[in-house]
Amino acid sequence: MTKARIDARFAALKAEGRAAFVTYVMAGDPDAATALEIVRGLPGAGADIIELGFPFSDPLAEGPPIQRAAQRALAKGMTLQGVLDLARAFREGDADTPVILMGYTNPLLTWGYEAFARDAAAAGIDGMIVVDCPPEEAEPLADALDAAGLSLIRLATPTTDDARLPVVIRRTSGFVYYVSVAGVTGVKSADAAAVAPHVERVRKASGLPVAVGFGIKTPENAAAIARVADGVVVGSALVDEVAEALELNEDVTGRVLSKVNSLAKAVRLARRSLTAV
Amino acid sequence: MTPPAASRELIVNAPTRPNDYTAYPDASGRFGDYGGRYVPETLMPLVHELDAAYRAAKADPAFQAELDSFLTHYVGRPSPLYLASRLTDHFGGAKIYFKREELNHTGSHKINNCMGQILLARRMGKTRIIAETGAGQHGVASATVCARFGLPCIVYMGAVDVERQKPNVFRMNLLGARVEAVTSGSATLKDAMNEALRDWVTNVHDTYYLIGTAAGMHPYPEMVRDFQSVIGRETRDQMLAMEGRLPDAVVACVGGGSNAIGIFHPFLNDESVKLIGIEAAGEGMDTGRHAAAINGGRPGVLHGNMTYLLQDRAGQITEAHSISAGLDYPGIGPEHSWLHDVGRASYLTATDNESLEAFKLCAQLEGILPAIETAHALARIGDIARDVGKGGIIVLNLSGRGDKDVGTVAAHLGMQI
Repeated sequence: MTKARIDARFAALKAEGRAAFVTYVMAGDPDAATALEIVRGLPGAGADIIELGFPFSDPLAEGPPIQRAAQRALAKGMTLQGVLDLARAFREGDADTPVILMGYTNPLLTWGYEAFARDAAAAGIDGMIVVDCPPEEAEPLADALDAAGLSLIRLATPTTDDARLPVVIRRTSGFVYYVSVAGVTGVKSADAAAVAPHVERVRKASGLPVAVGFGIKTPENAAAIARVADGVVVGSALVDEVAEALELNEDVTGRVLSKVNSLAKAVRLARRSLTAV
Repeated sequence: MTPPAASRELIVNAPTRPNDYTAYPDASGRFGDYGGRYVPETLMPLVHELDAAYRAAKADPAFQAELDSFLTHYVGRPSPLYLASRLTDHFGGAKIYFKREELNHTGSHKINNCMGQILLARRMGKTRIIAETGAGQHGVASATVCARFGLPCIVYMGAVDVERQKPNVFRMNLLGARVEAVTSGSATLKDAMNEALRDWVTNVHDTYYLIGTAAGMHPYPEMVRDFQSVIGRETRDQMLAMEGRLPDAVVACVGGGSNAIGIFHPFLNDESVKLIGIEAAGEGMDTGRHAAAINGGRPGVLHGNMTYLLQDRAGQITEAHSISAGLDYPGIGPEHSWLHDVGRASYLTATDNESLEAFKLCAQLEGILPAIETAHALARIGDIARDVGKGGIIVLNLSGRGDKDVGTVAAHLGMQI
């Protein structure tokens, strides 16, 4: 059911001959109700897979945009319980779009891995990315997710060499997230030419689709990555829209979804324009 | 669907008392359930590389010889063991000795670890050094060794700490280091550590992260402890030479806990020696405004390790509060968490006000201005001396000097200087 949703989505897009557009938004940013409105609007605006950030006070792999998004969400009282409530509310109206939670270990540990995995599956979550839980520490988490039928989605990075790659992809399912740059989210820019051989390497070693993220901001950038990867992840550029809308007192949902729309178009047309060229 | 109450049972198995306390961490960096390597994947290969490089250095007599030479001729080791006789008389209990780490070059124990790590960084061919600092003592020590070896040094420091430790910021600048004021989060030590980790994950090829306390991801807790254990080894030898026996208690302040683990570790298997760490109780444990991870927190994961942390019911890290920038951290090194659970060390607390009183007392009776961090240990020394009683011997790690703190102390005493 859960893993199946991710697999089905990638299989369908492969048949369409295009990459998945994966959108990251922070649950509870700028508040619980608006975040739900945004998430509900994402598939219609062109998102194929939703990554839902759960906020943590000390997000050490994030650049300033997502750090600030987490702070906004926490200031509005967002909790893991609130994140599951959001996911469940979304799932009531959408049975097919995969939803993946992304965040840090400590809130999960506090809940308890097994209980959380069960509760997340019941809320319609399909997978988890836990940024500060590398394979060396992830066995208890992986066991809990397996038992609940959730995917553990691992990050492979520019520092993951061939010797380490098997460690990273072991117990990974759904897809592999390739981190395009050494660094935090939303700062450096991803270079499609540099990323392409790594995507191929990870795809070959894992037999799974490879989505690329960190540093993809513009439609041009997204299109370039969409030509070489199975998925394109955009996060910081979307939460920046939240920040700007708040600053300018504009419609937050509208602004985020319009950004999603323009990026989604670029991803959808990427390979067609390649063929045309 | 209510989350289960935050419960230690979810995380930590019943502690077992080991036969050899010095046999930790294990190969995966665990002290019992504590420690580990909770870092983003980008850093994992670097953490493994550091571990391998440290193992090789540890086993290399030439590395140890080079370190010993610098500790002797540059740092000024061994540091004296001094009988604080007026303080002893004042409390009327056990004899109180000070291990005089404040007499080291740069004025604290921090240089012991920096000297070890800078030699390791050079051995690894790293060309850029980053560090985090709270009180600025580790930042100054890092800037010092970087100057000595001609390496660029970037020190991340919370903007709040930059303000309250201005003399140390200026010292770092004079030594050629760049101080980056960190404004994210609570703008103190934990946020400085977040920023240093973000720098490291961005500059993976040339950069060495010189962590200043016995915390963070494996191998740092072990490595920093090893470099600081020179304090305890000297204390043991000096005590045997001066008194012909081991002390009854060893006392140190604990933030991350590097000076404490440094003096504790060589005594871990001497079970007659009580090991007592003092955490910062800030405005008081009952106010919630403190920095006592063991006394006021529970286990969790932050900055690469599982350890006791100040956190809310949902697992968000909460801000620490202490007059002392060096103790103003919501966590503690994982080995302390384990020593607490197995009962080999005990952890008490001292408030801001108690520490200020102890600061003044030490200055007036012994002619030594202690660091405000160290003053937390001094604040409990009278109780401990009386508990141990006449005829007993206790050692306090005088981990740093207090010149940097005179402005803070003056402000709290309502004076302008």
